[in-house]
Amino acid sequence: MMGPLVRRLRSMTAFDWVAWLLLAGIAALFLVPLFWMLSTALKTPPDLRGNHWLPNPFAWDNFVRVFSFGRWGVWAMNTIIITGVGVIGMVFSCSLVAYSFARLRWPGRDIVFGLVLATMMIPGVVLWIPQFMVFARMPAFGFQGSEVWVNTFLPLIMPPLLAGSSFNIFLFRQYMRGIPASLSESARIDGASDLQIYARIILPLSKPVLATVAVLTFQGGWQDFMGPLIYLQSERLYTLQLGLRQFEFAAGGSPAWNWIMAASLVVMLPVIIVFLAFQRYFMDGMSVTGSGVSK
Amino acid sequence: MHSVPATRREARRRVSNLRRREALTGWLFASPWIIGFLLFTVGPMLFSMYTSFTRYNMLSAPQWIGAGNYVKAFQDRFFLVSLENTGWMVLVQVPLTIGLALLVAVLLDRNLPGSGVFRTIVFLPTVLGGVAAIFLWRWILAPNGLLNSGLEGLGIRGPSWFSSASWTKPGLVVMSLWFIGVNVIIFLAGLRGIDRTLYDAAEIDGAGPLARVWYITLPLLSPTTFFLTVTSVIGVFQIFTTAFVITSTSDTVGGPKHSMLFYVLYLYKRAFGQDVGPGGFEMGYAAALAWILFVIILLITGLQLLLARRWVHYGSS
Repeated sequence: MMGPLVRRLRSMTAFDWVAWLLLAGIAALFLVPLFWMLSTALKTPPDLRGNHWLPNPFAWDNFVRVFSFGRWGVWAMNTIIITGVGVIGMVFSCSLVAYSFARLRWPGRDIVFGLVLATMMIPGVVLWIPQFMVFARMPAFGFQGSEVWVNTFLPLIMPPLLAGSSFNIFLFRQYMRGIPASLSESARIDGASDLQIYARIILPLSKPVLATVAVLTFQGGWQDFMGPLIYLQSERLYTLQLGLRQFEFAAGGSPAWNWIMAASLVVMLPVIIVFLAFQRYFMDGMSVTGSGVSK
Repeated sequence: MHSVPATRREARRRVSNLRRREALTGWLFASPWIIGFLLFTVGPMLFSMYTSFTRYNMLSAPQWIGAGNYVKAFQDRFFLVSLENTGWMVLVQVPLTIGLALLVAVLLDRNLPGSGVFRTIVFLPTVLGGVAAIFLWRWILAPNGLLNSGLEGLGIRGPSWFSSASWTKPGLVVMSLWFIGVNVIIFLAGLRGIDRTLYDAAEIDGAGPLARVWYITLPLLSPTTFFLTVTSVIGVFQIFTTAFVITSTSDTVGGPKHSMLFYVLYLYKRAFGQDVGPGGFEMGYAAALAWILFVIILLITGLQLLLARRWVHYGSS
């Protein structure tokens, strides 16, 4: 085990060592904010002054007490529902649509796919006001106690259910085109329908893309702020992101940073866990989008 | 196999039947996207195209005012301030984030021991978004926060960042450096595409590591740099959540001296805010602002495509 590493270390030039130190320094700086978040979350109010690295004493009960304010249970449930429906809807609708583009022949297909690519060029915020105006009139027939889509989950869950990401369709389509035609042809000869071929052969073979789409949709949905902000007005419909901001408002003039950091850390934790478990799929997906600038 | 068709005509009929079924299935499977496209893209765009030429507060019917909203925008002081602020961020944040990402990618590409761990650490913050990450940075950049403590250790008296008009945007830039992960990954992919023998040849010719980066890496990486520049500029134009959350406790629109009033934040304020204009829900004006943003992004992308010819090097083999 150690042999190759030792050889590698021996072969490092002076320039390599400078590069390594620089890299290690940058990585350490990148970890500081997260460490600081945890450290602050464990501090008592008087301990917040002076910016010491470690809490003294460790106030573990911050994590319990912080959740006695606000409707965290409701907000967490709402976030889980919206994100869960989003992930499942996105994976199945986008893959089904992609199957149609990648493995079926139909008149107008290439024109429609051209439109899919064209919508990738429209920045999301450009559609923001236009969609709000439409959702403020679209009937919800009393769903979640509302006559229109605004102030229900519908504006947040219907787009993913209707394959509302051209990028995800594109990812699936590229991958599905690479699956040999012979696989579906032999199933077709055995009398399988397209729905069966999609569900039993193509979708299971598309697992890497499926995972990429799932983790990116989860990450985006869990942390979405803009959408819930304009569409969810009643506090009973709030997501964790809106709740977190509500909580900070309630903390009043001088913010209780230890509590805010404790709550923020817990809200962030699922994303950190999913990232550490499925890192590769995040990198695969994000390296294609190129959308990483913090918004 | 099944029975062989008796005549050619019957065979042709079967084939055309199959084709028709395939076409039907094709449209059916693609229909979720088509319905969504009409409902969530085409419909809203047409409706907002119309309302952008009207006065519309969502309570009474839209009132046609011609190009009024578009004329108004360019006489609107807040709109011009938001353009200026956004422009500042483009000029400062884009080069810095791309430059740092390039540096980190070049270092990671040397495959030194521990590179995998370093890559994970640099990438992790990129997936952390939303309100929690913004609170974290507000705390780090507080006047008595961690960064200023660190600067004090170096003998520098730190500014009060988000509460001082001239330091709000630099504060946001500092924060954006934490989110360079995607740029790093894309640069790494670009670096992997460079033919290693070029480096060996240059080394034999006596080029040092820095010269190799300057004469080989940078020119051959320029298509990646170009792509990242375009997407980053578009990203800066969409900044909203950060500015919204940081300024929501401020008395002035967009924080101290409107210094964080960015394009989309201003658009939001016109549509939903109470603090500018005649009390929010100016949907006609907001729709016009959204269309102007669309045109601005198109123009910038077009301009960058034109400029790219001068500095982007697409392989000559």
